[in-house]
Amino acid sequence: MTNQTTVHLTIDNLPVHVPAGTTILKAAQQVGIEIPTICYHDYCTANALCRICVVEVKGARLLVPACTATVQENMQVNTRSERVERARRTILEMLYATVDLSEAPEIEAMATAYGVDRQRFPLAEPRHPPLIDDNPMYIRDYAKCVLCWRCVQVCAEDAQYTYAINFKGRGYETQISTFYEVPMPESTCVFCGQCVGVCPTGALKFKRQHLLEVGYSLDEILQMTRSERSGRRRREPRNV
Amino acid sequence: MLSPDRIVPTVCPFCGVGCNLELHVKDDFIYHVSAPFDSVVNHGNLCVKGRFGTDFLYHPRRITTPLIRKTPQVAGKRTQAFDLDEWQPVSWDEALELVSDRLVDIYQKHGSDALAVYCCAKATNEDNYLLQKIFRALFRTNNVDHCTRLCHAASVVALQMAIGSSAMSNTAAEVIENDVFILTGSNPTENHPIIALQMKAAVRKYGAKLIVVDPRRIEMVDYATLYLPLKPGTDVPLFSAMAHVILKEGLYNREFIEQRTENFEAFAASMEKFTPEVAEAISGVSKDLIIQAARLYATAKNGAIYWALGIPESTHGTANALSLINLALLTGHIGRRGTGLNPLRGQNNVQGASDMGAMPWHYPGYQRVDDEQNASRWERLWHVEAGGLNRRLGLTTTEILSAVGENGVRALYIMGENPMMSEPNLNHTRQKMTELEFLVAQDLFINESGAFADVFLPAVSWAEKDGTFTNTDRRVQRVRCALPPRGQARPDWQILCDLAKRIERKLGRQQSAYWDYRHPAEIMEEIRQGVPEYRGITYERLDREGGLQTPVWDENHPGTPYLFSETFPRGRGKFHPLDYTPNAEMPDEEYPFVLSTGRVLEHWHGGTMTRHSWMDDLYPEPLVEIHPHDASTLGIENGDAVRVTSRRASIVLRAQVTDKTNRGVVFIPFHFREAAANLLTHDQLDPQARIPEYKAAVVRVSKARPEELAGRPEPQPRGRR
Repeated sequence: MTNQTTVHLTIDNLPVHVPAGTTILKAAQQVGIEIPTICYHDYCTANALCRICVVEVKGARLLVPACTATVQENMQVNTRSERVERARRTILEMLYATVDLSEAPEIEAMATAYGVDRQRFPLAEPRHPPLIDDNPMYIRDYAKCVLCWRCVQVCAEDAQYTYAINFKGRGYETQISTFYEVPMPESTCVFCGQCVGVCPTGALKFKRQHLLEVGYSLDEILQMTRSERSGRRRREPRNV
Repeated sequence: MLSPDRIVPTVCPFCGVGCNLELHVKDDFIYHVSAPFDSVVNHGNLCVKGRFGTDFLYHPRRITTPLIRKTPQVAGKRTQAFDLDEWQPVSWDEALELVSDRLVDIYQKHGSDALAVYCCAKATNEDNYLLQKIFRALFRTNNVDHCTRLCHAASVVALQMAIGSSAMSNTAAEVIENDVFILTGSNPTENHPIIALQMKAAVRKYGAKLIVVDPRRIEMVDYATLYLPLKPGTDVPLFSAMAHVILKEGLYNREFIEQRTENFEAFAASMEKFTPEVAEAISGVSKDLIIQAARLYATAKNGAIYWALGIPESTHGTANALSLINLALLTGHIGRRGTGLNPLRGQNNVQGASDMGAMPWHYPGYQRVDDEQNASRWERLWHVEAGGLNRRLGLTTTEILSAVGENGVRALYIMGENPMMSEPNLNHTRQKMTELEFLVAQDLFINESGAFADVFLPAVSWAEKDGTFTNTDRRVQRVRCALPPRGQARPDWQILCDLAKRIERKLGRQQSAYWDYRHPAEIMEEIRQGVPEYRGITYERLDREGGLQTPVWDENHPGTPYLFSETFPRGRGKFHPLDYTPNAEMPDEEYPFVLSTGRVLEHWHGGTMTRHSWMDDLYPEPLVEIHPHDASTLGIENGDAVRVTSRRASIVLRAQVTDKTNRGVVFIPFHFREAAANLLTHDQLDPQARIPEYKAAVVRVSKARPEELAGRPEPQPRGRR
């Protein structure tokens, strides 16, 4: 940051002075205002995908994502307006309509705070992709995935430069996948687990934790053979 | 959803990067491992070993009871016992009585030269300090070494000769401040994965230019501006030709040379012969590439050099390292942030074990044992009578085994090392192990070396004890106990204190060297008194401030992120004239390939840990990497069984046909006892550092029958190169 200019704005009527280039999210944190986030992670590139961090900026036509929008001189930001609250509540209700959020305590806390009706969209079809258990290190349960994109980013330029995963499908069918859906060992994956480390919903999980949770005893887990712990074979190995 | 009973912050037990870990523990089981995102070392990132590879400590084959061999072993007829039926479980008291009786007996009959010890670069600073203290203060021998000898010994010797220090000069994370960096003899994406991430970011995000000089086409070549694919062992002519170009084109740093260095004229004269043409003829790298690399490095604002074991593991390893040091002194790329001479250390605590004097020529803190003042200082600290400590240099790792015999080393104590996998020319090692009169192994598993032992002492893993590790950039970090010991296993420091007191009693020493520590923090208090570089390090500070980079001169000193800003420890940096020495073995018609050995991402060294982990599934068998052109000439296809033969032995394993290896070079990882790469390597040593030449034995490759493959596991698919 070479730009030393200070920007003056108000957030929820509090005056704020921060260096130019600061995001609204960080500026709000400086005055003790917490804006909720789901896809945002302090050590990943912000992409404004989940929109839960939207705020109302006076004069702006649309709600603005606080994780990527930067402060402007004389900006007036409202982080808890009726319009903001409604947007956040609706986003959460739509997530609950399609995703299994049973292992996302932070989102659960948000849902309670915003008075979310988890059954608001009873006709929506929850997504139930089968759990992918194709390697001895971690499982992928995309029924729990909110498509926050963090795993894809840490697999790419945010950390690992391995590029093993990306989107497949479009719209409602969108899911994180290896290319051509090859099992993880056949992808470029190096099993660093950076993806597991940033997953906010338990969609990515250590294999041994998963085995304990589905009822295996520690002794049973430790006695497993290589083929038992290699997971479900989805296709024959292509090469050595 | 599991929730943890506790989350314990600690340090990774695998490589020298020293990543910070958080162990999530439920019912004493580590079910999840995370990393703090605010860690300056790893920024929330881990590799497969740190993230998923900690399960070895629960493996059913782990030994958690002291064991004594049922059949008494005698020198010359010692055998390996992997099967528990051949061992008698005993109490700690019985095991330690036997160990102390036998060691004391051999010492009293045959003197200090009959004893030797392998310390352990995996164990904590405190463990290593105590083990060398036992052998120095009680048995009066300097036959103390560890795997640093097989690792960076030549880098250490060269750095000592040229600048008087022997560690990374700069912090690993400073790589993003490099404009140009040379990476040579190092494959960081597999061996220092978290430093590799920082190197990739340096290139992709911060605009650094990377020069890779390596006989293998490693993954980092994808990020390189220049790739110089040299033939194994031609480092001196190649880097000296770069110096030649820098001298001829006047790109050197005159001011730095005048103010900070010596012996420039003799060095410059010796570089005269290394023209780019000469280097091209020897190394196989085009002279244009050498000239470009020289210009790029010399004209950088911040240039740095990173190297690993491709440089030191050679019969001319010291000269190889000196050729790199010469370049840094010539250009002044040392002594500032974002520059430096950076040997990437292999083991989690190889820097610490070396700092702790787990070496035959030095007390803790690199204090020479043949220096009277040093010896008398340690005599006072350890309550040894004046003149009591041995002033003679001890034997190095490889020399210890060579010296085994009636008139040499009779008893060997091994803490956590596995020479039966890691020594070169293993058939010779095996012969020497059988000739030992007494052998103690202190470890988690009965590995290939422990199987020869008379007594097996079950130690705890890093997660079951407290202590400190010192990582590759000299950062001392706290290792924290997350679990109670499994079975009767004990922390190494407790085993050693118990043993030392028994030995001391049997020797009838008037005054105790002191072994009544209640916690490793008290051992660190003693270390601080003897090692000036650690004087400012206390457990309280480490808990409060996180890691501290040595030297830390006093309790208010903040530590030292980069070294040599004002001066070098030896005063002026010394240029060294160099000559080209070929490898001990050069390819010929009978043995046309050069064998390089090393590690793969999923495994660690002799495999004692990783081959008892689920990580073994990801890389379950040894593979020899061979270039597609060489493979097709020999009629070898990917996955075929092949026989690799050197002058010493022959092994059969599957071929992996890949352009990751260049023509004329084959690569075999050394983790696999079913086809141990070190059966093939030779045990000729660098004359100065006594390090073996793991990176260049000559071999021939031929097709073998699939049924000759040991074990024949189902092939494991691998999508990455």
